[in-house]
Amino acid sequence: MAGKTLYDKLWDAHLVRANDDGSALLYIDRHLLHEVTSPQAFEGLRLAGRRPWRIEANLATPDHNVPTTERSGGVETIVDPVSRIQVKTLDENCDTFGITEFKMNDPRQGIVHVVGPEQGATLPGMTVVCGDSHTATHGAFAALAHGIGTSEVEHVLATQCLITKKMKNMLVRVDGQLGLGVTAKDVILHIIGVIGTAGGTGCAIEFGGEAIRSISMEGRMTICNMAIEAGARVGLVAADEKTIEYVKGRPYAPQGALWEKAAAAWRDLVSDEDAVFDKVVVIQGEDILPQVTWGTSPEMVAPVSALVPDPAVMSDAVQREGTERALKYMGLQPNQKITDIQLDRVFIGSCTNSRIEDLRAAAAVVKGKKVAASLKQALVVPGSGLVKAQAEAEGLDKIFIEAGMEWREPGCSMCLAMNPDKLGAGEHCASTSNRNFEGRQGFGGRTHLVSPAMAAAAAIAGHFVDVREWMQA
Amino acid sequence: MKKFVEHQGIVAPLDRANVDTDMIIPKQFLKSIKRSGFGPNLFDELRYLDEGQPDQDCSGRPLNPDFVLNQARYQGTSILLARANFGCGSSREHAPWALEDFGIRAILAPSFADIFFNNSFKNGLLPIILTEAEIDQLFREVEAVPGYQLTIDLRNQAVIKPDGSRLPFEIDEFRKHCLLNGLDDIGLTLEHAQAIREYEAQRQQTAPWLFSN
Repeated sequence: MAGKTLYDKLWDAHLVRANDDGSALLYIDRHLLHEVTSPQAFEGLRLAGRRPWRIEANLATPDHNVPTTERSGGVETIVDPVSRIQVKTLDENCDTFGITEFKMNDPRQGIVHVVGPEQGATLPGMTVVCGDSHTATHGAFAALAHGIGTSEVEHVLATQCLITKKMKNMLVRVDGQLGLGVTAKDVILHIIGVIGTAGGTGCAIEFGGEAIRSISMEGRMTICNMAIEAGARVGLVAADEKTIEYVKGRPYAPQGALWEKAAAAWRDLVSDEDAVFDKVVVIQGEDILPQVTWGTSPEMVAPVSALVPDPAVMSDAVQREGTERALKYMGLQPNQKITDIQLDRVFIGSCTNSRIEDLRAAAAVVKGKKVAASLKQALVVPGSGLVKAQAEAEGLDKIFIEAGMEWREPGCSMCLAMNPDKLGAGEHCASTSNRNFEGRQGFGGRTHLVSPAMAAAAAIAGHFVDVREWMQA
Repeated sequence: MKKFVEHQGIVAPLDRANVDTDMIIPKQFLKSIKRSGFGPNLFDELRYLDEGQPDQDCSGRPLNPDFVLNQARYQGTSILLARANFGCGSSREHAPWALEDFGIRAILAPSFADIFFNNSFKNGLLPIILTEAEIDQLFREVEAVPGYQLTIDLRNQAVIKPDGSRLPFEIDEFRKHCLLNGLDDIGLTLEHAQAIREYEAQRQQTAPWLFSN
């Protein structure tokens, strides 16, 4: 019999009940909550007279709506009344049901996918769900993690389980080494460019290979975070010493004898040598260059040195029309150099790229330089209060501020523009976030997805530049 | 949940691939703490020429005449004909809520994004996967015949064309059962409460650190 994949192992360990029709009841170890996708679920519980099954499995924090400007006055000072009600509703629901919440001005507040791992609330071997598609992030810890809808949030609250079906196993192996200036973000954008935005639909993608092993835990989180942009609800990286080292000593991590027992079990969170995957894609690390998206889907991506594609030479009608529509929305010309795209704003943040290593990478590029005069705004939004404090302890905030960037309070911010941070119509933004959909960062806004170092370099130049040229200089 | 047994309705063709959930319901409308009322803002950026705001009266807003759901022949649409990877992106259940609130009961496409597909079933909205060739043919027929209607017979798993021909489709037994009977799955899961407790007790032995916090 063939060995098991990591996904198979995680699935088997959480199976409460398998139904005859292939659906199953899967146990959920950790449920993360935020203010946008939970109010209707709590309301449903209340209407049905139900209580949460296991209160301590839940952890909440507001992130999507919170202002990132001065907010010491608290929730009552959130200007947008609809946002204010949503954040207050989360506070009230967590207080009523006894769920731990890092409220807006708690130093541990932040983007839910930054907070979970930072607290050790995400542990290897867990099942982790959240009403947010970027829950795939937590798969970097060899945890089975994926986004769910609000009906499922209610289901998990009430039963600690999900009704689900097993996904297919897909392996994306990145062999070899990554070049100088090529980051985890470039790896995942390159992968999406190769397999497409629906390339992983129905699959749990395990990212493996020498290049993935060489990437830090924070980089692995960036990669798993965007599995959903390749259509896969689940992204995974096998556990290794880096995983265990990262978790050690965090507030929610096991201690003492329990730690030793847990760490020993986690070392088995790898796919067996003889495991069989339904789909395998192999990519050479050396082939990956710094990436920039030019269109309105994450698969519309190219190396920074490339030209904007020309729909006229595309034979597939759906692809040609999609490209024409994207170029029209983005205000770009076929065969235009990507490095000639002029930018209006730069956003460094989001659950994809707002951790300390991301901020260090951006700060290293801007140190001693000034943001281009043509830029309206360059925003740096740390992923959590603890990331912010760490960055300030290292003096990164001063580097950003001296360069002419804005240093903000933690939250989702301009990634999806539910709070006041947004693009104006027609504005081009170099963004370290995860989606370049039409209107995502603001009505009519034009998003280009890049790594933190590439965003930082673009802020200085006012247009895209190949950050590797600056590193060699 | 609303039952779905059989449904006949007008079909509207949305001819673009990778329709994402930001497009189906833009983020400013996710601030609501209710489940209903999203219909007027379905496809807001495609449907109107201005930028929509939450709690705004949409009746006086300028409509985009090119958008399919604004065209006279598609008024009263309840079946959406779509392209590949419909519903990609964010997990927001507000997307099926908006479609359902607008009056859409079924979506036909060659493929759907996983989370959207899953969320639809929880809201009495039926996503149906047909082959690329069947979808292409339906696009041609819908565009050629004003008032084109289809009938969806869930019990027999078939889309029935005006000429009586049938396109069979697959659906999980459990999801079909829930839709046909309008069942809420929390109640069904709680019938297995004992199994969940037994799992927890066994897991507490094998992985005690998962229960220490």
